[in-house]
Amino acid sequence: MTDATAKKPAARRSSVNLQAIGPVVALIVLVLIGISLSDNFLSYANVTNVLARSAFIGIIAVGMTFVITAGGLDLSVGSMAAFVAGVMIIAMNAMTERMGVTLPVVLLGMLIALFSGFAAGMINGLLITRAGIEAFIVTLGTMGIYRSLITWLADGGTLSIGYQMGEFYRPVYYGGIAGISWPIIVFALVAIIGEIAMRHTAFGRHCAAIGSNEKVARYSSVAVLRVRLITYALLGLLVGLAVVMYVPRLGSASSATGLLWELEAIAAVIIGGTLLKGGFGRVWGTVVGVLILSLIGNILNLTDFVSPYLNGAIQGVVIILAVVLQRNTGPAR
Amino acid sequence: MTDPILSLSDVHKSFGPIEVLHGVNFALRPGEVHALIGENGAGKSTTMKILAGYLSQTDGEVIFEGNPIRFDHSDEAEDLGIIMIHQEFNLAEHLAVDQNIFLGRELKKGWRLDHGEMRRRSAELLQRLDCRVDPATQVNRISVPDKQMVEIAKALSRDARVLIMDEPTAVLTERETEVLFEQIERLREQGVAILYTSHKLSEVKRIADRVTVLRDGTMVRSGMVEEFSEHDMATAMVGRELSDLFPPKAEGGAETVLEVRNVSVPGMVENASLNLHRGEVLGIGGLVGSGRTELAEAIAGLRPRDGEVTVKGTALPPGDISAAVKAGLVYLTEDRKGAGLLLEKTLRENLTLPLLSEFGNPLINRRKEEAALSKAIEDFAIRAPDRGMAVGDLSGGNQQKLLLAKTLLSNPEIVIIDEPTRGIDIGTKQQIYQLIADLAAEGRSIIVISSEMPELIGLADRVVVMHSGEITGEVSGADVNEQRIVKLAMGMDAEPEGTAA
Repeated sequence: MTDATAKKPAARRSSVNLQAIGPVVALIVLVLIGISLSDNFLSYANVTNVLARSAFIGIIAVGMTFVITAGGLDLSVGSMAAFVAGVMIIAMNAMTERMGVTLPVVLLGMLIALFSGFAAGMINGLLITRAGIEAFIVTLGTMGIYRSLITWLADGGTLSIGYQMGEFYRPVYYGGIAGISWPIIVFALVAIIGEIAMRHTAFGRHCAAIGSNEKVARYSSVAVLRVRLITYALLGLLVGLAVVMYVPRLGSASSATGLLWELEAIAAVIIGGTLLKGGFGRVWGTVVGVLILSLIGNILNLTDFVSPYLNGAIQGVVIILAVVLQRNTGPAR
Repeated sequence: MTDPILSLSDVHKSFGPIEVLHGVNFALRPGEVHALIGENGAGKSTTMKILAGYLSQTDGEVIFEGNPIRFDHSDEAEDLGIIMIHQEFNLAEHLAVDQNIFLGRELKKGWRLDHGEMRRRSAELLQRLDCRVDPATQVNRISVPDKQMVEIAKALSRDARVLIMDEPTAVLTERETEVLFEQIERLREQGVAILYTSHKLSEVKRIADRVTVLRDGTMVRSGMVEEFSEHDMATAMVGRELSDLFPPKAEGGAETVLEVRNVSVPGMVENASLNLHRGEVLGIGGLVGSGRTELAEAIAGLRPRDGEVTVKGTALPPGDISAAVKAGLVYLTEDRKGAGLLLEKTLRENLTLPLLSEFGNPLINRRKEEAALSKAIEDFAIRAPDRGMAVGDLSGGNQQKLLLAKTLLSNPEIVIIDEPTRGIDIGTKQQIYQLIADLAAEGRSIIVISSEMPELIGLADRVVVMHSGEITGEVSGADVNEQRIVKLAMGMDAEPEGTAA
């Protein structure tokens, strides 16, 4: 009897560990495949490219980790990014006319992007927590709204930042410190702060508690609605931050900007081991998930082994495999 | 006398090492309403479940029409016409009435569903029950008593010969109860054997032909209803000496720490008022569903309410649990698994959840948490094979101790404990009783809500009793005894408000 009870938790812990390192193992395997298939893979240019491109989705996915851990979902982040980018570009162009190509315009533009993202996240959060509408439905709605708004703002075409302004703003994507570009630095900072917030602060603990059992959280005097609201507002803010990094890359926004970002972000979160139903989340896992998804695309592009057109198919297989692995460790209780 | 259709002969039932039924003999006869009464935990549900094939007996025989029978599944019992209606309805809320009635046994025309025939037959069945619900209505739109009727119609559609009803009137008003009784009488005339349980003794007296009293898994009395007065039934249900399971009662001080004035929760609690003194253990008695839990949750800020709650002169805003906790009032839920603990999380995460800000801001101090857990494990004698294990893997008793530790973490002055020992073995019970007495001796004030009479009587110096959402009376000192409480809980001793009874 005592033997059996002593063995059970031990057995479970080892399987949790297996699950914990699963994504890391997959990442290492991908890196090894990359190295063996292409000499360019480990080159400075390729590594920087992969990481910098991962940064947008990555920054958003960190925010998504908190939303999903608290039992929520946000489908609107891709459209939201496009919309925020559009607003930012229009505002910066307007300001450039008056203030010229100056630093304050860039800083104001960044503030506007961060604020619009935050506001959009707040709207999602308020509709979900105060009006009590399901997250899936609210964000499905706002997803359509923002996508439509950016198409309308761009009049069906492309919104571009003024040429000189664009040149002035470019270093925010292409520049950096000690050879590491800004998006990578920002992504790393967001990930580190996110990981600490998830594991070592009351906010992170409360997110997991709410996702695990909302009623228990409420009975334990956790401010359930406020924590939920904060997760969506935080995600919106991070979308704004991602846009600040993204706009200098191409200097434009269109109805195709940020397309399917929401699904990539959610996929990264799930691959990283966060439970889709909430209750458990880990930010470092999400970072690994983002890298896995980017590497798949990168490796297919670098090699002729499999057509790059199959990128989506391989990513899909990885997502499903990740969920299957999760299910094995979280049996019915 | 007709021959029994279904009977139990010397049936024993054990769950693990614990035997809960000790040789029950019991017979249901066609055309007879048989009432099974007893306190919570007396073995009523187990008996019913064995009869209906949901459980199988450890020893003894179930006899159907004179032949021993063994059900492996409740479906086999249903095929013989033995049908149980559970206290919580088994209806698919989003399906229509007729779809529910024929759920799992849909009538077909070829490969297609025969909607017309099912609807027609449902209408027929409902008409037989004098129920005016349209079979096309979705179940979540009909009233609770109508749902009861749909359950009965479902039973009838399966040609019920034995109908087992688990507290069917618990959710019904008086008027609706009348309708149900008419149906029961009609079924009795049709020769159906009916087993009926209720806590409402007046109903038993009215509707039953035969009464069986269970106490602690033993049949203590059985006979025709004429042989019992309501008082006899209550005495037979109760009649038990209290051992020294309970520590000596503490006497409350004079200072009032909690004042509850005219608190109402729509549909649940009406105008409840009570006082709690320093160092006192106050009991709240009453049946399940009498509004005890709702009242406690309203006081603790977990439910919207009308009326005033004052802690030591400070009014608590309604629906604000943090304010209640800050004022030193906490509530320990009866729903340990649904509202008390995060079953997938570790002991540490559960323990500190209500008070995380005390463990470091912005970063949680893990060492401080571990220290708090070590202290809780020691203070509450929690036995966990592994500190890092999920709470769901702990035994019920250890879960309850952890829940107590968690609730008491904020060092509250007023503690409301709802069902302190539900589903817990006797040893742990005693520990928890001692703990409650200790808390009172430290000068804290305790409210204990319990369905177990001995618990209320053993712990509380004063007991407030609720019935149908109202406080029907209060007993204290020597008046704290089972009969007085049972009578108040059954609404028999109520203030002469409804003199019609």
